[in-house]
This record gives sequence, structure tokens and C-alpha cells, in this order.
Amino acid sequence: MHELGVVFHIMDNLEKVAAENKANGISKVVLELGEVSTVIESYLQNCWKWAIKKRELFAEAELVVEQLPAVTYCEGCGQTYPTVQYGKICPYCKSPDTWLLQGNEFNIKEIEVY
Amino acid sequence: MREVRVLEIKQSVFADNDRQAQELRQELKEKGVFLLNLMSSPGAGKTTTLMRTIEGLRDTLKIGVMEADIDSDVDARTISGSGARVIQLHTGGMCHLDAEMTRQGLAGLETEGLELAILENVGNLVCPAEFDTGAVKNAMILSVPEGHDKPLKYPLMFSICDVVLINKIDVLPYFDFDLDQCREYIHMRNPKAKIIPICARTGEGVREWTKWLEEEVKLWREGR
Repeated sequence: MHELGVVFHIMDNLEKVAAENKANGISKVVLELGEVSTVIESYLQNCWKWAIKKRELFAEAELVVEQLPAVTYCEGCGQTYPTVQYGKICPYCKSPDTWLLQGNEFNIKEIEVY
Repeated sequence: MREVRVLEIKQSVFADNDRQAQELRQELKEKGVFLLNLMSSPGAGKTTTLMRTIEGLRDTLKIGVMEADIDSDVDARTISGSGARVIQLHTGGMCHLDAEMTRQGLAGLETEGLELAILENVGNLVCPAEFDTGAVKNAMILSVPEGHDKPLKYPLMFSICDVVLINKIDVLPYFDFDLDQCREYIHMRNPKAKIIPICARTGEGVREWTKWLEEEVKLWREGR
């Protein structure tokens, strides 16, 4: 639900990067998005389409989102399992002593500039 | 054809904000100001709890309050009756405050002479959890009518909070709210979270909360 705020936050960051690299514009932005990162890709894409019209640097910028699956590690038995399917409790040994190994990422991976 | 370059960034979207928040915390430490970030859903009782908090601490601490809302100044008007210094921040549609907005808010509040600054964040359990405001401690209020399952639904919020106040305990008999189950769910997300049941309306439990806060402010200021 905070995708628009996040989009502007990304744009603020990248405007600095573009200035440091003397770029005239940004043609592509690649993000890495974890499956349980609280950001929904389709909302993000919609906000992006709206926001790029407001910022000259991004006028032609395509947004590419690479999804990272959520994986949980179990301290009890040392195995990993898919977080979304099984949640907090390990499906192998039923231990609640588990933590998220991967899946809450929200990274700017790379950008393409001209 | 124009030349296209690929720049590797490889950083979290929130990295920039995290750095600004860390700088702000350091500056506040030097000034001896303790910043508390107070979060909750809309209607959980942030403003009423704040009024009680100020009432309990105004004789021992100099308190300032930043009221963040998308619009209106009703909360700031309420708080201004308490004797604390207060400023209303408008987020202009944004669902949370970030470190830079908090810094601007603190500048507007004028922290000179303040010992405790409280940020009443936008009522929301999702977005404020993502953005470090620069606060020394995070507190959230979960009210009884919201249900004891909220720690399962909004895990990030509960995992970043130092204190969870369970408010409106006077209406416990009328709701299917299981306090023990709620404690268990919160500790599943955050074993270190301190949980204090309160009723801001009647003042029940508030003393334990203000005592905790007073102690934390003392520790922060002594650590300078």
C-alpha cells in the first residue's frame, strides 16, 4: 500500500546516482523484490507508470522487477523450506525457532543510463 | 544511436534512509534529545495515550510532540492543551515519515532544551515499519478491538518495536481478545519486545509505561 512513496524514494536515490555519473536520462531500472517484502509488484508498476511522467530523468524508464522467493531456515533441524507455504513453523520438525533466510529484499540491482 | 551504460547499484531501496536515520540519531545523542517513534493503526488510541504519557512525565521531563498526519490538525490541537510543545506535520498523502521528514519536523519543533521528543507517526501498521525515522526507540499501540492476531498479519511492525502497548483493556470482556495468545504471537515475532497492557482512557497500566520511558530517556542522556 505504500508503493507510490517507495517509487518516489527510489527516484530520489537514482537522481543522485545519475548526477554523479553525468547521465542524461535513465532507460531502465532493475529491482530485486523478495516475495514477502510488503511491496506488490503490480501496484509498483502502476505507480511507476504514473510517477515517470512527473520526473524528466525517468520519462522513458522501464521498470524490471526480479522476484526472489521467500525461504525460511530452521534452527531446530537445519533445513530450509518455502516461507509462504509453511509460515513460521518448520514443516519437517515443527520447531517455531526459524528465521527468514531470503525474501524480504527490496534492492535496486542496476540501472541503464544514457 | 545513443550510448547506453549499465550502472550496478546493488543496494537496498532503504539504504539511503537508514544512513540518514543513523546520522540523525547521532546528532540527537549529542544534543541529549531522546526521540520516540509511536506507531499504531488509526484509532488505536495514540493521541489519548500520548496525553496520559505527557501527564505522567511533564513534571520530570521537557517534552515535545510531532503529530504526523496526512491532513488536519485535530491531534495537535488536542496535545497543545497538555502543556507540551507541539507541531503538526503534514505528509501530503504519504503513508509514513522517513528520516529526512523527521529531521525537518524536529527543526520545526525546535529541540533546544527538550529531553523527550515524541513522533506520533501516521496511523498505519505497514509503511512506518519500513522506514527508520532516526528514533532511539520504537513503540506501537495495539488496541483490543483490533484483535490478538495482528502480530501474525503485520510481522514487520511487531519485529521492529521495543515496546508494544496493548490499549483499551477496559473493553476486554466484550471482545474475543486473548491476551496470553497475543503475548505469544508478539514474542514469536520479537522475543525482546516489552509488552504493557494499558487503558489510556482510565490510566490503568500507564505508570508502568511512563516509568519505562523515563528510564530509557535517562539512560540515553547519561550515555552521552
